[in-house]
This record gives sequence, C-alpha cells and structure tokens, in this order.
Amino acid sequence: MKHTNHGDAVQKGVFGRLADFFDDRTGYRALMHEALYERVPGGARWRYVWGSTLVFAFMTQVITGLFLWASYSASAQTAWESVYYIQHEMAGGWLLRGIHHFMAQAMVVLLALHLLQVVIDGAYKAPREVNFWLGLILMMLVLGMALTGYLLPWDQKGYWATIVATNLAGIVPGIGPSLQQLVIGGSEYGHHTLTRFFALHAGFLPGALILMLVIHLSLFRKHGLHAKQPITKPDAMFWPDQVLRDAVAMLAVMAVVLGVILVPALRAMLAGEPVDVGHLGAELGAPADPSLPYAAARPEWYFLFLFQFLKVFEGWGATGEFLGAIVVPGLIMGVMFLMPIIGNWKLGHRFNVAFTLGIVAGAGLLTAMALNEDYYALWADKAALADAQKLYDETGGDEEKLAAALGGDKAKITAMEAKWEKLEKIRHSQAFLDASKQATLDAARAIELAGRPEKIPTAGMLELVRTDAKSQGPRLFAQHCASCHAYVDPQAAEAASVIAKASAANLHGFGSAAWMRGLLDPDQVAGPAYFGNTAHKDGDMVNFVQNELTDTDTWKKDDIEAVVVAMAAEAGLAGEKAAEPLVAKGRELIASDERCGSCHRFRDNGTDLGTACDLTGWGSREWLVGIIVDPTHERFYGDTNDRMPSFGKAPEGGLPRLTRAQIELIADWLRGEWYRPAVAAH
Amino acid sequence: MAEQHRPVAHPVDSRRSFLTEALAIVTGGLATLTPVAAGVWAFLDPLRRTKAAASYLPVTELAAIPDDGLPRQFPVIADRVDAWTGFAAEPIGAVYLRRAKGSDTVEALSATCPHAGCFVEMESTGKCFRCPCHNSEFTLDGGIVAPSPSPRPMDALECRVAENGGVEVRWQKFRAGVADKVEQ
Ligand code: FES
Repeated sequence: MKHTNHGDAVQKGVFGRLADFFDDRTGYRALMHEALYERVPGGARWRYVWGSTLVFAFMTQVITGLFLWASYSASAQTAWESVYYIQHEMAGGWLLRGIHHFMAQAMVVLLALHLLQVVIDGAYKAPREVNFWLGLILMMLVLGMALTGYLLPWDQKGYWATIVATNLAGIVPGIGPSLQQLVIGGSEYGHHTLTRFFALHAGFLPGALILMLVIHLSLFRKHGLHAKQPITKPDAMFWPDQVLRDAVAMLAVMAVVLGVILVPALRAMLAGEPVDVGHLGAELGAPADPSLPYAAARPEWYFLFLFQFLKVFEGWGATGEFLGAIVVPGLIMGVMFLMPIIGNWKLGHRFNVAFTLGIVAGAGLLTAMALNEDYYALWADKAALADAQKLYDETGGDEEKLAAALGGDKAKITAMEAKWEKLEKIRHSQAFLDASKQATLDAARAIELAGRPEKIPTAGMLELVRTDAKSQGPRLFAQHCASCHAYVDPQAAEAASVIAKASAANLHGFGSAAWMRGLLDPDQVAGPAYFGNTAHKDGDMVNFVQNELTDTDTWKKDDIEAVVVAMAAEAGLAGEKAAEPLVAKGRELIASDERCGSCHRFRDNGTDLGTACDLTGWGSREWLVGIIVDPTHERFYGDTNDRMPSFGKAPEGGLPRLTRAQIELIADWLRGEWYRPAVAAH
Repeated sequence: MAEQHRPVAHPVDSRRSFLTEALAIVTGGLATLTPVAAGVWAFLDPLRRTKAAASYLPVTELAAIPDDGLPRQFPVIADRVDAWTGFAAEPIGAVYLRRAKGSDTVEALSATCPHAGCFVEMESTGKCFRCPCHNSEFTLDGGIVAPSPSPRPMDALECRVAENGGVEVRWQKFRAGVADKVEQ
C-alpha cells in the first residue's frame, strides 16, 4: 500500500470509513474505476449497445432460470406437472416463465445482430481473432441452451422436436449412436433424458458460457472497443454516457419481451374479456406421449431453417440427411471460424461479409418456405382450384383417369396436374393446421384436468389424460367404431352427408330423449341415422315402428312420448329432465306384454331374453359397456347381431380388442360423462 | 496494512526445480481428476445399458384387421422400465397392420419414421403414409415415394398369427437416418 487514508478518516462519516476499510483490503475502487472508465473512442454511440444487450439478456436468463429452477422438477412424471404448476398456479409464475421463454428468443435475435455487426465492421480482424472465435463458441453454447431448454416442459412439442434432434445426432459417423445414447441417457426417452438435458441446460452449458464470457469480455477490454471509422467526436468514458445508452437499450429489449407477453392480455381487456394469466407468456402443450402422433411437431422458430433444410435434400437418401444435418452446417461453422484468416486476403473481408449475409438470407428464405408450407392453406386461393378438386374427387387422383377425363389433351393435363400439386400442398398444410388445432385443444384439456380439485395423481399427468373420456373417447371411437357408426349432431350442417355414409346408427346423443324420439319415428327408424344401413333394416323393430306405432288408436301421441322419456330416464344422462308421472306411465307401457314388453325384457316383466334387447337400464353406463363388450350376448342382439365385434371378449389365451378401461372410456364419452371444471361464481 | 515483502528463495538446483514442478502438476492433477473421473464414469452409464432382445408382443387379434389391404394403426402395449420407474402395460409405440383379401398373413410396419423418428400417419386420403415432420411419403406397403427425405422405406416388423388368432409383433427399433435397417 503506497498510501492510506487513515489520516482523513477522522473527518469522514461512518459510511465513508466503511468504504475505506473495504478499499484498503480489496482495492475495489481501482477495480470500479477500471470497469467504468474505459475509453470509448469517438464518444458514446448507440451502435455499441448490442454486446451489452446480449450480456443483459444472458443475465436475465440466469436470474429467471434460477427462480424457475427453484420450482422445476426434472423427471418424466414431474416435469410437465411442475411446469404446469409454475405457469398456472404459482403467483407470477406465468410472468417468470414468459420472460425466460421470450428472452431466449430475443437472445438469438441479438446474437445474430451482434455477429452481423462484428463481421460487417471487420471487428474480427487482428488482434481480435481469438475473441471472434470465442464469440462463435458462445453462439453455439446459446443455441445449445435453447435446444435443451425446449424439452424441459416435457410436452408434446418439446418431446417430438427432441426426438428429431437426437436422432440427427445419431447419424454422426462413428460416435453417433453412442452420442445419442449418452444424450438421451439410455435407449429410450424418459427420466434420464430430462435430467441430462436439465444438467446441460442449467449447469454444463451456462457454466461453460460464463467462463467463455468472462474471457470474451476481458479480451474485449484488452483490445478496446472496435471503433467505427471515421471518428468525428472526441473520446469519452464508458461511464456514464455509454452506460446510459446501454441501459436504455436493455430496457427496450425488456419492454419488447414484456410486450410480447402482455399484448394478448391487453387485447382481451380491450375486448372486455376476462384475462387468464396462465395463458399469457410461454405456452405449455399436452404432456409428452410417445404413443400419440403429433403432427404439429416443429422446432422453435429460429431452428425452422435447419428443419426445412433437411427437406432440401429430398431424394438423396441417407447422404442427404448426413449433408443437411451435419456436413453443411459444419462447413458453414468452419468457414466462420476461418473468417479472421480469410479476412487477411485482399478480397477476404468482402467475401466474409457476403458469406454472412448469404447465410442470413438463406436462413430467412428457408424459414419463409417452412412457414409457407405449413400455413399455405390459409392463403391459398381455393376457389380457383375448385374444378381441380372436383376432378380429383371424381378420378380419385388417378393420373390415367385424369388423362381420359381430359381427352388426352397434353396441355390441359399438365395444367391440371399443376393444380393437383397445389391441392396436395393445401392438404399437407391443412393437416398441419388441423394438428395444431388439435394440439391446442389437447393442451387446454390437460390443463383443465390438472386443475381438478383432486390434483394430479402420483403416476403423473399422462395417466390422467389417458383415462379422460373427453380426450380419449373420440380417438377410440374414431379407431374402433367410426368405420361403421356416425357420431354427428343431427342439427349440424354436414350431418346428412356424414350419416348417409355411415353403415350403422348415429350415436350422437345416444340415450337422450331426442335420440329415442328419432328411433320411434316411422320416417327415421329405417333411415341411415338408425337401422337404415344395417341388417336390421327390415327387422322386427323397424316393422313395429312403421306399422304398429302408427296405429294412433293403440299408440296415442302421449303414450309414445311417455315411452321416450321413460327410456331416457333409464339412460339417465345428465341434463335430461322429465315429469315423474310421465316416466312412470312410460315404464308401464314398456313393461307391458301388450306393448314393448311383448318382445323386450324390461326389469321384472318376465319376457324371455333372446328375442330383443333388454331395455332395463338402456343407455346407462353399465348397459353400454355390456353391449360393447359383447353385442352377441342374449341381453343384446344375440344371434341377430349384425356386424358389431365383441370388443371386450378375448379369444382363448389372447387379448380382447379393447380393454375394459377403454370400453368404459367410450361409454363415458358417448354419455358425455367427463370431468368439467365448476363454473366460477360471478 | 503495509506488509514486509520478504525475499523468495530461488532454488538453485534446476533438477530439483523440475522435480517439484512435475510433482506439483501430477499431484494437483490427480486431485482434480478424481472427481472428474467419477463424474464421467457415472455419466457414461447409459452406454452399458443395452436393450433386452426384442420379443414378440401380442398386439391384437386377426379378426380386428379387415382383409382389405388397408393398414390399420394399433398401439403396442408392454411393460416398460424408465430408469427407476416401472410401468405396467403401457402403450410404448404403434404399428400399422394390414392383410390382403382372404389372406391370413399380416404385414406389420413400425409407425416410427426412418428419417428422424417422428410418428408416421396415414394420409387423410387413405392412399399413402406421410410423416408430418419432413413430408416423407410412403406407399401403403411402406415403400418410399421418391423424392423423399427418408433414406429407406418404413421399417417392416416381424409378425406372426398365433393359433388362437392373436397377432403378435416382434417389437424392434431401428436407427434413424441411415440407409440400412440397423437395430438400435
Ligand atoms: S422424421 Fe419423418 S420425415 Fe423427417
């Protein structure tokens, strides 16, 4: 110590003395001075703010990341669940996660800007080569963090995007398969994929990043700012002029991020709609399900160009994938690393600038292509393709038939084929849009279920979704029932055509009074919505409805209505109401051996089973499960069963087509029985 | 606070100095490498976890596959172990099964895309398979529709029909992105 302040200490206040105490022991004043009084050639400028905004973005990620970490749990049964809790239940969780999510995207944008500026200004040249290389490494680390972070919520989109990314790692020659196995922590995706990705995302990568950043910044200080020529103004100090500019830029970045998060809320408020903060900020998809196709699988937007790039090598087979995923990106990075050396040649700098701009333009173009493919159906002129669609439907897309239909006219055929290609693009795009819509619905349902008062079971969210009649019913129905049965609201616009195509009854509203009224309607019973397209078309029931129910002497209007409501009462669907006396009257009619009871068993009316369905508990859960398990049972169609398989009956030592649980899901779904959140009191 | 700077002893003997340096590096290196080695050892654990040999899993029964040559999607259900958790009878993937008119043999295709592992779906037209990720298209028997990003056709799985009519599929996974069908 050359000099101490002991002598002045007497005149200083307590804070001054404290500051002296620490300065004596640490020399922090000199450090601060060095940090703040960096020379800025030509004075403070806005164009110098980019590097600082990047550091700021990273700091934001560290801060929000640490707080997210405090609530996140990395395992296949808790990742989605804990992120759900952060997003939808914790106060301020949506904001924290929203900032982390969108700042990551801002960081990628800022990185691109920073890199562009460095290359265009030639700031990579001697003596700053090493710092340029460090910058490139930093860029890769940031992209690595983006990639690993995408998986952590363990939702469908992160899961499928990661499958693609890790499979691509697997094609690296030689070490690929081992690399892949190490990254996913085994041969299947699961707990250890998450723990490893999390360790990379929150430990290894940021640790390496901080190390590199410290060197990057100290080298930056060592070489000084790369000033943009010509310098017209006098030099100034970093503090406070440049710091102020940097701070304004940081606040602007944060404002943009907050804007992205809050704009939907603002819109809702202006429209007078309630704002659910859980839906602000980063979205959370349905929980990852390896057995559920996810046709909306896409990486985060800034990786879309890489994703699209793989399609460029269509038809190249394995070589194409290798080129697209590994060789070309590797070469591009290689050229970037060589830039400081290339820059020494006469035209080197121009080459570097052109190359970088070319890459940016190429990435932009690929991104646009990817978006155009996905959203094409939104802006394609479908009216202009109506004739092509018609022809496509008529010929079934067969090119020979097309040639015949157009009389072999070459020009017309080529024109039509071009239109068919557009139609195909629309189809693909529509499939993506539909899948995205379905994904949104699935996500909303999962979130609704997670919010049940019973909370999420130990087995995790996936189990809850898989046992949810509302989400599984339509899928099971589509897979096992819809090849014969329709399920469409008769009031819907397209109902008639859907019903006409089905070869068995329309089960929409099965068990309701409305459904029963249709069955007992002589005009409808033999129509396609009931028995029209089945073997029962000329059966006893149709015969009865058309010939006996029409006899108004025996069957008064009131009688029929009484039967209708009594049957609906057997099903007991929620929301069906009927006057008790009418139901009682209906029950009597059904049981009576002069009326329905002459064929149908009903409660204890003593009619033998085997001639017609048992109407006891018709449409109830138990009854529905029973008929799906085995329609050939004497309680149901017996040996008059048309084509309906016995879904729950297993062949000797084999598996039934549907498990009991699956059948119950279908029955519950048909009956509209599933969890509904209580409507909030006003 | 002023401290006296005392002179540093300079070893005269350069041989001893080399020994000290070498020893310092080795000792320090050993100390630090121990935790690194322990970490890497555990980190490499997944490499020694080889998958159990693929076995035949019951998927459905013959009668559930209409003999119209059109593939139908079936979930593959099996017990599954994920690190420390055991799952009983869970859907672990999906297969497409089809059989020709009047035939009792079933063809099985894995629904996992050979390109990069997405879930291949039947196109809405019912005329072909299509992977939603990079648009690889496959014919109904799994063949490649050129030009395609996929390096090989969809992966056929071995499939047998038991005497009681149960359809069993040998559940295998293959490496994505390579031209040959190599088991993973
Ligand atoms: S993963 Fe199927 S086309 Fe790429």
